[in-house]
Amino acid sequence: MDWDDAVASSIVNEYRHLAGATLPILHALQENFGYVDKRAVPLVADALNMSKAEIFGAITFYHDFRHEPAGKTVVKLCRAEACQSMGCESLVMHLKNAHGIEMNETTKDRRLTVETVYCLGNCALGPAALINGELVGRVDEDLLDAVCTGQSHERMAG
Amino acid sequence: MNPSVKLYIPRDAAALSVGADRVTRAIEAEAKKRGVSLHIIRNGSRGMLWLEPLVEVETAKGRVAFGPVTPKEVASLFEADFLSGGAHPLNLGLTEEIPFLKNQERLTFALVGVIDPLSLEDYIAHGGFSGLKKAVSMTGAEIVQEVSDSGLRGRGGAGFPTGIKWKTVLGAEADQKYIVCNADEGDSGTFADRMLIEGDPFTLIEGMAIAGLAVGATKGFVYLRSEYPHAYQTLQEAIRIARAAKWLGPSIGGRDHSFDLEVRLGAGAYICGEETSLLESLEGKRAIVRAKPPIPALKGLFGKPTVVNNVMSLATIPWIMANGAKAYADFGMGRSRGTHPIQIAGNIKRGGLIEKAFGVTLREIIEDFGGGTASGRPFRAVQVGGPLGAYFPDHLLDTPVDYEAMAAHKGMLGHGGVVVFDDTIDLARQARFAFEFCAKESCGKCTPCRIGATRGVETMDKVIAGDTSKLALIDDLCHLMTDASLCAMGGLTPVPVISAMTHFPDDFHRAPTRMTPENLAAE
Repeated sequence: MDWDDAVASSIVNEYRHLAGATLPILHALQENFGYVDKRAVPLVADALNMSKAEIFGAITFYHDFRHEPAGKTVVKLCRAEACQSMGCESLVMHLKNAHGIEMNETTKDRRLTVETVYCLGNCALGPAALINGELVGRVDEDLLDAVCTGQSHERMAG
Repeated sequence: MNPSVKLYIPRDAAALSVGADRVTRAIEAEAKKRGVSLHIIRNGSRGMLWLEPLVEVETAKGRVAFGPVTPKEVASLFEADFLSGGAHPLNLGLTEEIPFLKNQERLTFALVGVIDPLSLEDYIAHGGFSGLKKAVSMTGAEIVQEVSDSGLRGRGGAGFPTGIKWKTVLGAEADQKYIVCNADEGDSGTFADRMLIEGDPFTLIEGMAIAGLAVGATKGFVYLRSEYPHAYQTLQEAIRIARAAKWLGPSIGGRDHSFDLEVRLGAGAYICGEETSLLESLEGKRAIVRAKPPIPALKGLFGKPTVVNNVMSLATIPWIMANGAKAYADFGMGRSRGTHPIQIAGNIKRGGLIEKAFGVTLREIIEDFGGGTASGRPFRAVQVGGPLGAYFPDHLLDTPVDYEAMAAHKGMLGHGGVVVFDDTIDLARQARFAFEFCAKESCGKCTPCRIGATRGVETMDKVIAGDTSKLALIDDLCHLMTDASLCAMGGLTPVPVISAMTHFPDDFHRAPTRMTPENLAAE
């Protein structure tokens, strides 16, 4: 949904009582809006009695928080050592060569975002990816082709 | 009507990643079609990940394993009467007799894959909470002594004696103390914390409650990485169940001691595995590493005395309390007592988790348990202990898993991750990656790490392009980062770099014809 200050405020109020509430609030905002808008900074700072610099610092420090909405499908592709040993870098090349998709960018039609992550804890079944929150092991070009072209794949959907 | 047959199909994220849910649905549908009544339990994984989805059937002789099962094979499994343990190409025999599982010493992981992770009844029937019950009748000092006597050392990577840490917190005077569980398992090649939380969360809860009793802490936090959504759900649910059954709350285990738990999600920062950075993050700030002293045991979360322990350390406590310190210390070698969960990962035929007494060698892990590379190509290197761990060549594979033996070869056991690479690996590129990773994940507080990592990437690019005169600079940079970084991130980034240069010098002198992904594709 589009950013809405009133909704954001009510989310902030829901979590502000927690000790060290910054991350729970930012996660909840992102869960709701798909990203953390810069308008969140004064809201959160005010609620937690922290400076705007501290909140801005937190939002930008952690890789998880997006500054704009992601594509409809989000692929988090693991590029850490265990997945490297199983060829994840070839998959990165395949995304670029076959589909013109760059890592850590959203396609112009906003259908797909592919991001680098370091380790999904699926290191014996690599390469691994988190596709719309679903963990997938032994990712190959065939599976990525289906994701990139918006087709279903027998190894997806539960 | 016949009683239902009991089936176990893992809910572990790794099993789900290769279709455990699809297999479950296929089995349910086929059973319905045949009018068979099933009782399906979604357990944790047994850790034999190359066999996932591993379906187990309870028979009179014990649990019989079938795997790896795909939805397509479900009908044929029913045809072969797999519900009675019938013959089928996927029939692996009794689960407990599979050599990979049989040749382990499972203490911390004793119940993972065995029980229903969210059934308190099942947990208690398998001896759950007996450690806590024992702890309830002891003083804090007695519990701490028991943990000290077990010889348990921090399983997060640093290997610091757990008993000493607890003793410091116990001795600290404060109105509030905390137990913080470090579940920010960021090392590539490791998944033991995830598997335990998904497969046996009550053991972690019990361990944290015992820690609370021991040091006088009433509040605990689990800092769990956001990359583990399944573990997050399971742990949240387990805490709710434990609280409802009064194993958490105002009077735990029937004693006048309150202890409660909260799970907090990380946000994708590797540095949060460093304990002081984790504490900053829990307090709601950027995760900038703190200078020590003061140590967290005296001035930790919100400035209060805090036990910060890894999931594995805390989840081992219930076993130690239930079975005694001596029973635990009887496992292991030298100053490394007990067992260690080892995760076999990367380019490996039989990947998964094995829990072994200290002393097992890397060769036994990679060859006997792991069965060599998945690709079938020759083994070339293994990185032990995550992104800050050393790359070892074949001739060092007889090194035992032991804190001191690893250190003697300028490596570390870390959190027990073992990542195998075949002969297509280029160690110069891995050295570059070590710097790149550090540059991306550095908190930025100290100069050697923040700037050094970036200079390392630039300099390695020159080396890879053929300028080997720059290797002296890499060596110099590594010494500086090792000696002058504030924490292990910058301080240990040189470990993979130096080990790669030491053991695989050829890779640093063979530009520009390299084994790049492009060249390999052409091959």
